[in-house]
Amino acid sequence: MDCQEEKPIIYTMENKPIVTCAGDQGLFTSLYTSLAQQLPREPMEWRGTYGRAPKMIHLEANFVQFKEELLPKEGNKALLTFPFLHIYWTDCCDTEMYKSSVKEDMLRWQNTLRSHGSADWVIIIVETNDTKRKNKTNILPRSSIVDKIRSDFCNKQNDRCVVLSDPLKESSRSVESWNSLLLKLRTLLLMSFTKNLGRFEDDMRTLREKRTQPGWSFCEYFMVQEELAFVFEMLQQFEDALVQYDELDALFTQYVLNFGAGDTANWLGSFCAPVRNWSGLLLRRPIDMEKRDSIQRGEASLLDLRSYLFSRQCTLLIFLQRPWEVTQRALELLHNCVQELRLLEVSVVDGALDCWVFLSCLEVLHRIEGCCDQAQIAANCSHTVGLWAYATDKLKSLGELCGLVSEKVPTSEDLNRTVDLLAGLGDERPETANSLQSPYKKLKEALSSVEAFERHYLELSHAAMEMYQAIGRMRSARLVGKSLAEFYMRKGDPERAETFLQEALKSYVSEGWSLPLTHTRRQIAECQKLLGRTEDYLQTSALLAGDENLTTEERKHFFQEILSFAGKSGNPSHKVSLSMNVFAQLTRLQFHPATASVHSGGVLQVELMLRSLMPVSVHIQQLAASIHFEVDHGGTLGRSKGAQRHTNLGTIEFNLGNPSAGLPSSAAPRPVLELDEVQDRSPSDNSLNSTGVVCKNTHLLIRRHESNSPPEMPNCVSPPTVAMKEGAQMLKVQDVTLEPGNNSVIFTAPSGQPGSYMLRQLCATVGEVQFIQSHIYPSVGYEVYSQEPQLTVEPLSEPLLAGLPQMVKFTLLTGHYTVKKGDALQLSNSETMPILPSTSCTARISTPTAELVGESTLSIQSSEKVTSISLPPTPPYHTMEFQLEVLCIIPTGSERPANERLTNGEIRHRPRSYSHPDTPMTAIDQRMSIDCPWSIYSTLLTLTFYIPFKTKHSLLSAGNRKYIQVCVQNVSDVNFTLAEVKLTENQHASLELQSFNTKTHQLLCSKHSVFCLWEVRWKDDLPSCLQCVFSANFSPINQDTSAFKPFHYQFQLERVTTLYSVRAEILPPSGEQHCRCGLVCDLEVCITRLTELSEGEITEDSKTDTDGLKTTKLMYEVADSSSNWAVCGKSSGMVLMPTKANATHKVQIEVMPLFAGHLPFPKIKVLKYLPHTAAVATQPDPDSCVENDSLSLLDKTLDDQADTASIRSRGSVHSVGSGDQQQRGVAMPRLEPFSPGQVFNHSHTQQVLVLPTTEDHIMEVNAT
Amino acid sequence: MAVCIAAFAKENYPLYIRSVPTQNELKFHYTVHTSLDVVEEKISAVGKSLGDQRELYLGLLYPTEDYKVYGYVTNSKVKFVIVVDSSNTSLRDNEIRSMFRKLHNSFTDVMCNPFYNPGDPIQSKAFNGIVSGMMVQTG
Repeated sequence: MDCQEEKPIIYTMENKPIVTCAGDQGLFTSLYTSLAQQLPREPMEWRGTYGRAPKMIHLEANFVQFKEELLPKEGNKALLTFPFLHIYWTDCCDTEMYKSSVKEDMLRWQNTLRSHGSADWVIIIVETNDTKRKNKTNILPRSSIVDKIRSDFCNKQNDRCVVLSDPLKESSRSVESWNSLLLKLRTLLLMSFTKNLGRFEDDMRTLREKRTQPGWSFCEYFMVQEELAFVFEMLQQFEDALVQYDELDALFTQYVLNFGAGDTANWLGSFCAPVRNWSGLLLRRPIDMEKRDSIQRGEASLLDLRSYLFSRQCTLLIFLQRPWEVTQRALELLHNCVQELRLLEVSVVDGALDCWVFLSCLEVLHRIEGCCDQAQIAANCSHTVGLWAYATDKLKSLGELCGLVSEKVPTSEDLNRTVDLLAGLGDERPETANSLQSPYKKLKEALSSVEAFERHYLELSHAAMEMYQAIGRMRSARLVGKSLAEFYMRKGDPERAETFLQEALKSYVSEGWSLPLTHTRRQIAECQKLLGRTEDYLQTSALLAGDENLTTEERKHFFQEILSFAGKSGNPSHKVSLSMNVFAQLTRLQFHPATASVHSGGVLQVELMLRSLMPVSVHIQQLAASIHFEVDHGGTLGRSKGAQRHTNLGTIEFNLGNPSAGLPSSAAPRPVLELDEVQDRSPSDNSLNSTGVVCKNTHLLIRRHESNSPPEMPNCVSPPTVAMKEGAQMLKVQDVTLEPGNNSVIFTAPSGQPGSYMLRQLCATVGEVQFIQSHIYPSVGYEVYSQEPQLTVEPLSEPLLAGLPQMVKFTLLTGHYTVKKGDALQLSNSETMPILPSTSCTARISTPTAELVGESTLSIQSSEKVTSISLPPTPPYHTMEFQLEVLCIIPTGSERPANERLTNGEIRHRPRSYSHPDTPMTAIDQRMSIDCPWSIYSTLLTLTFYIPFKTKHSLLSAGNRKYIQVCVQNVSDVNFTLAEVKLTENQHASLELQSFNTKTHQLLCSKHSVFCLWEVRWKDDLPSCLQCVFSANFSPINQDTSAFKPFHYQFQLERVTTLYSVRAEILPPSGEQHCRCGLVCDLEVCITRLTELSEGEITEDSKTDTDGLKTTKLMYEVADSSSNWAVCGKSSGMVLMPTKANATHKVQIEVMPLFAGHLPFPKIKVLKYLPHTAAVATQPDPDSCVENDSLSLLDKTLDDQADTASIRSRGSVHSVGSGDQQQRGVAMPRLEPFSPGQVFNHSHTQQVLVLPTTEDHIMEVNAT
Repeated sequence: MAVCIAAFAKENYPLYIRSVPTQNELKFHYTVHTSLDVVEEKISAVGKSLGDQRELYLGLLYPTEDYKVYGYVTNSKVKFVIVVDSSNTSLRDNEIRSMFRKLHNSFTDVMCNPFYNPGDPIQSKAFNGIVSGMMVQTG
């Protein structure tokens, strides 16, 4: 062990800091083993120089015998051989011996050290009990020897002298002293390190600062700093060691960069020498002495320096267990070296660098494989894959360089080049000579033959691809695959190439990369052409012909490829189907007419807008669109249904995006909501069960839109070729030329059968080639409908007025029916609404688009029961319109004829008048029944007329004289002239009606009324019932007299005769001239019967005659509604009236005026009293009943009055009877008012003067 | 200065790609496309560690012999890639960062344009100008 000093310092790992031992060698030898073992056992904290972070460090030492040669001479910078500590061993305990020899020896030792400037020493004194005992006699106290040595040598540094007690014994004392010794040694060692390394680093920095001076050599400096790195490595401070190398690396890099910037350093010249050796990195040795020497000699090339530097970094990184940093740094290094050689313009043989990179990549990979297990490597593919790919790349370019990538054998030139390259590799290094798989062997073998090259290249490529795939770098994997495909193409193996190309193509398509896409597709086209896959080739050619990334020339070339195939008169049954999208795009589809709905047989045109993507104009033999036909069960509703379906009226835009730009989904439009109305009708009666809205394309809308999903592309990798379905119906156009860009093609759509026609596929035929679009989306279709003829009759102007001739419009939609000559409409005549014959009635015939086709005169023939209108011939699906004038006769009041039957046997529905809520006019519905030639059923139609007038009549009396007033109110919006107002009474000839109406013509404005008055005069007797007819002629204002139409109003007046006259008088109290306020006056009511008993009365009252004398019971009542009078005492009472003429009955009632002034008389009512019938005669006191219940009775009579009045106004004869029945049913005495003309009140509206009371004027004055 | 600048949509299709005209455009397309592998790798790696305080700059994606490819991803996952010639060693990381920031700002302006449809190829002159300023000025 003490002869180690002779060895050269190569194996850094085995280097330890040198510690010299002087003094008693035998003593040291005995202690060496335990010392060497125990020293590294405890770590020490070391605070390094230059602010390095403190570290725990296990110290080891290489103990060597002290020799003067070991001490560094002046200027020697070597650190590895530097003795960091000097120990002097002694076990002397004898003062004599110490004085005689030991002290002297120590002094010599000290002087030597001092002369070399070393202050790192320690003296160890070993004490054993044996020695003590042996020399008991002349022994000094132990401490005295130590003290002596201390005083002799360590005058200031007491710690430089250590005592070790009983080192070979197992005692606590021994252990303790060992520990303190070791601690001391460690401390001193560290102190020495700090001091010496600090000094060294200072020197080193100084040297570095001189780098700008001429004559400075990088190589020299390199050696110096590496020395420091070695020491750190020796101390196992790999991190610090690595830092040294990294600094060197950076320094060198900076120099190269500066060189590139024009700042040259002299020393750099040696690195610019042409590269002669490219044997690659060598990482199997800890230190490549060969290269180190060449650096030391200043003869290293750039690659040598880089290789050496990297090998050291690699070693340290592996010590640090950071293998993945090695691979990363390796890749950087390789790239960097290539760049640096380029920058320094170092001349390199072609391919030499490729060799160097290739070998280096494999060497690094081998080195990593050597220090990691398989699982670790697999898990860290991402770190190594770069090197694999780089190696693959380089091997490929080497292969290309040496003519190994072709179907042919390499030429002699290639072979020469190969030989040159191999020569630069030199001999294989001894380390790898035995390894079968060394990078050196691999390269040599790969370059030896085409087959070997292929094997190695494929192996590498697949390895790289697999790794890329494993770590999910699919794009990179595909790029390697593409490169592999290029290799296969060169080797004439398109089949294998295509697989890789297709794979790559898929990724470019899915991500929308147009340029690589085009490039790859061209390569595929080449493959497919070589493989003879015609259909695929043509498809790809079509894609390329429409590819905007290519030049026009190229596009034309590919298009020509299609044409030349299409032109081949090959097997006619074999047609090639290609996808339409790549050839031309359907951009718009337009229907004419825009409703996309025609009647069967109608003309429908479909205009397609096709954008041709081809570079030149294309002649197409046939362009066809297949149609899916579905029979429409909707029946006649075709038109409306068709309109609902196509909301975008006739024009459908297709958004396909731009295929060549290849913009994926986000640019592509989202599908539009397609909604349809759904109605569920009951199958039996067609009534609506439910209705709703259904989205037809939910599958497209609700689909999850993944953000990373491959976008839909119009041009997929290889568009699926679809066979054209030969439908029964097709839209076809022959011989179309499509120019580049937009083209419009017009089809005439078949419209034979009614139903829905959906456009499904589109196919363009060019010779043997068919371009097919498998489906047109969004789905497009049109409707062909069949319609039943429809006849409608509607007023020309609203409202229709009864009594005046009105124009009615007949509209006939012929539908599928053709109106032939001789076809006629048969209208059943109705009495209440005659059809007025008109001289010229023309029918207008127009097309569905409201274009006038023709006009012709209608011939209308009327027989007694039927009006026949013969129609002009009209084609189907046309509209025929004509107008007829009709007159609705206004029903005259209460007339009610019996039901009658129409000519066609139907019961005539009486035109029932009713009041319409929207208008004040009374409406009449007139039904028409029309027989049409196309149907066995009659068409029933209703017209509503409105009566423009409201007529009221009233009977006025003056004593016995009678007047009739008729009020005609115009409720329409039209102004009328009223003429020849007449009132006639039919039944009584003796009756004379004298008119007070002076004007012959009278204006009757809208919403105004006209009153007419007649006096009734009679000769013998006034009949109790008058049947009157009011008639007048009317016409809308400003029309000539011929336009006058009659208006009749029939009414009946009953009980016209005045039966009683009532005369009232108010007598002032006796002694007073006038009535006075507050004083009771007498009201004298005188009721006089004017006529004999009339017939009506007899029937009513005969039963009441109990005493033979014919009387009628009357009830009178005084009531003052305006509170002018207070009725004192009885206000009502019963009067028995003899049924003789001029019988008079007087009643006196006390009333009191409440106010002064001219007061109107209180109202006197006379009512008929109808006693209860015999059935209820048991009632105890009818009179008292009447008296007591007078109020309630009065109320009741009021009700009854209204009731009976309403009955009477209806002119019903039965009403009296019903009144009787009612009376019987009620079984109570009843009051009944007289008809308006039966009682005449003379004192009606008469007034009497009432004076205020003379006394007692009370005035209330309130002052506030 | 850059030799190629590209922007991709979230779905990885190119929004913008421009390279120096003197060099093979196709090669850049391939390079940039492949770089997406690393971009995605880095994005997913970043996503795992820190959620919100995300660094947009992805750094050097991968070096090749000739080029260095740097990446940047916006919060909306729009990616920018700058390709720099390997021999161009004067560019520091900070300069690349500032180039990306400028690019991002300009892209934001493009997005603010109401007439720009997000996802469409960028045709803005302003953006083009910014890119031109970063590209190598050749002849």
